[in-house]
Amino acid sequence: MYNPTVARLTFRALLGRRRALILFALPALLIVISVAVRALAGVDDNVTSDLLGGFALATMVPLIGVIAGTGAIAPEIDDGSIVYLLAKPLKRPSIILTKLTVAIGVAMAFSAIPTFIAGYILNGNSQQLAVAYGIAAAVASIAYAAVFLLLGVVTRHAVVAGLVYALVWESLIGNLVPGARTLSVQQWSLALAQKIGGGDIVQSDVGLPVAIVLLVAVTVAATWFAAQRLRSLTLAGEE
Amino acid sequence: MQPDTVPAPVPAPASPEAQRSADVIHNIGYRHYDGPRLGRGYARVSLFSQSLRGAYGLGRSAKSKVLPMLLFAAMCAPALIIVAVAIGTKMTKLPMQYMQYTIFLQMVIALFVAAQAPQSVSRDLRFKTTPLYFSRPIERIDYVAAKFAAMTAALFILTAVPLVILYVGGLLAKFGFASQTAGFGKGIVAALLLSLLLAGIGMVIAAITPRRGFGVAAIIAVIAISYGAVSAVQGVAYSQGNFDAEGWFGLFSPISLLDGAQSWWLGATVSNPGNYGPPNAFAGIVYLLVLLAVIAGCFGLLMRRYRKVGLS
Repeated sequence: MYNPTVARLTFRALLGRRRALILFALPALLIVISVAVRALAGVDDNVTSDLLGGFALATMVPLIGVIAGTGAIAPEIDDGSIVYLLAKPLKRPSIILTKLTVAIGVAMAFSAIPTFIAGYILNGNSQQLAVAYGIAAAVASIAYAAVFLLLGVVTRHAVVAGLVYALVWESLIGNLVPGARTLSVQQWSLALAQKIGGGDIVQSDVGLPVAIVLLVAVTVAATWFAAQRLRSLTLAGEE
Repeated sequence: MQPDTVPAPVPAPASPEAQRSADVIHNIGYRHYDGPRLGRGYARVSLFSQSLRGAYGLGRSAKSKVLPMLLFAAMCAPALIIVAVAIGTKMTKLPMQYMQYTIFLQMVIALFVAAQAPQSVSRDLRFKTTPLYFSRPIERIDYVAAKFAAMTAALFILTAVPLVILYVGGLLAKFGFASQTAGFGKGIVAALLLSLLLAGIGMVIAAITPRRGFGVAAIIAVIAISYGAVSAVQGVAYSQGNFDAEGWFGLFSPISLLDGAQSWWLGATVSNPGNYGPPNAFAGIVYLLVLLAVIAGCFGLLMRRYRKVGLS
């Protein structure tokens, strides 16, 4: 179910040229901010939690998830070159699984590791905050990559749709309507961070068992549905 | 009309020279266009109106109307709700400044730029139709100015219509004509500045990348992520009591730049913790100058970008 050639091509498409620029720029921004905040405010667990939760997990991780998840397949569908891949004797689910694996790897590398480093810079992993948020970012990357890969197969406006979910649903509506937070990848991963992080600094609106079940369910369902959609993909022309 | 033919000489049979002279060019009646030519100005206006309509999906497929219209509705709905609440609960003024409204809904505006700026220019680049534009009687500056103006106008419609709703609501609720008009006028100026700024940034990024999806992500990263980063740092500065620094940090993202400029120039309340804008007049002038410089710089970069845009 894993094809090294497809993986290599996807990897090159994801890290090729300008896409890599934005993938490197966002974590770099996080690190720069962490250094600035550490210089400005010194070691402070609340500040650390605010920055990692408010900036890293709330905006950076979803955006990297969007870029990695949709970037793994959407450009190929967009310019029609996916037909050359589909014409090869490969199972469609294995194409999806391979691309998902690469997308998860890239998303984790560019979101979880920088979050972890930023946590160390900010407060030297006091109260396990760096580890907690790093793991939360890693878990969130998996779910985001799967969901946004599905969007990439389903719609031509995958990036916009993904951003609407990540920014409008999770940030805007999640802040105003508490119920919306139950259906948010960010809160599910925060539940995990809450379990790992010491003290009451990390807060999540979802219980840990529910969060894990939902994370797994969403990831599996999105991957399965993406594979189904790729089996009956029709290439439409540009509108 | 019967095409007239160049009279051919009567062929002399069985001679090669005569055979050749029988091959004639027929005039099949192509004629020159003698009507009025609409010229450069017309082409410019057409390009502007096409791009403006395209930004809202008008004249395109139903699918491409969905997103801009949804975002437009999302911009207007809170204004209607605010007006309804203000009138219903007998307030004495609108619960929100006109200028704060655009900052409050910045995410919607950012999504609009991110979604529509690439569709305006990226596809011309990707399908290599840009040379076709320049085969018309337009110059480089016409193309750039028309696209820039169209995006600005689209954003201005998006940001100004909710303000009009608030203004009409404010007048209907009799909140005072003079104060409402003053606030509305300032709001419109701020909305125009915001439209110019975001259109400039969006178009520059979109013009670099022929891939639509990537352009969308890059624009969101520059507009929304930088705001998130600035807010995070400002929050830290606020909690440390370093209010001057908090005021200066606003320079580093487009939205907070506009927020600071309008707070100093037009007296708006800054939307950050503790409402600390530019700390003094010098900072305010810096904010305004940086804002104008970014707009001019974006136009310059666009001109530079289209100096050489070929079939590559």
